[in-house]
Amino acid sequence: MENDHIRADCIEATEFPDLATQYHVYAVPRTVINETEVIEGSVPEAHFLERVLKAVEEDQREMTNDEQRE
Amino acid sequence: MALIREEDAVEIRQRLAAMVDPVKLIHFTQELNIEYGRETRQLLEEVAALSDKLSLELYDFLLDHEKVAEYGVDKVPATAVRNGKDYGIRFYGIPAGYEFAALLDAILEVSQGTSELRVETKEKLSAVTRPVHLQVFVTPT
Repeated sequence: MENDHIRADCIEATEFPDLATQYHVYAVPRTVINETEVIEGSVPEAHFLERVLKAVEEDQREMTNDEQRE
Repeated sequence: MALIREEDAVEIRQRLAAMVDPVKLIHFTQELNIEYGRETRQLLEEVAALSDKLSLELYDFLLDHEKVAEYGVDKVPATAVRNGKDYGIRFYGIPAGYEFAALLDAILEVSQGTSELRVETKEKLSAVTRPVHLQVFVTPT
């Protein structure tokens, strides 16, 4: 809700076993951010935010690398 | 037979009384090859009945292509929680157990038009300019 660039899915793992396998979901909750960052279990808000920002940074870095390569 | 027990319905109705703006549940489902299709739809219908500010819109995943594209739904059952704005909140699968609490929280926050996050969190998030896709995996128990 806080940013139009962010979207969130809550996925019931037992109904989507292929996804559960793809993202190695063995224990829940498991949060996947942009396909790369993974958070196991419930974590405090500040930690969650840190991981989101880290994923954004990674994405930014990759984008910059791609641009430099061109 | 109702999926939500009478005692729980009373509690949920009380919780939903705190809603401010109307909220729409946009639900996508299909006839066949879906594990809890019928139950999910019934559950959402029962929840929507517990508040005048809550409504349910039903779409067929295989037939309503425009809506599927509009909401970016790629699997069913899927439920979007929105008010006048679509914030990109989706529930995939039956919202039972832990997910049900999350659904009620989402309905209330969307109804208030603002999240329950701390000020510092909101400030840091507002600076994000890259797409972020969060996928939270849960189970019904």
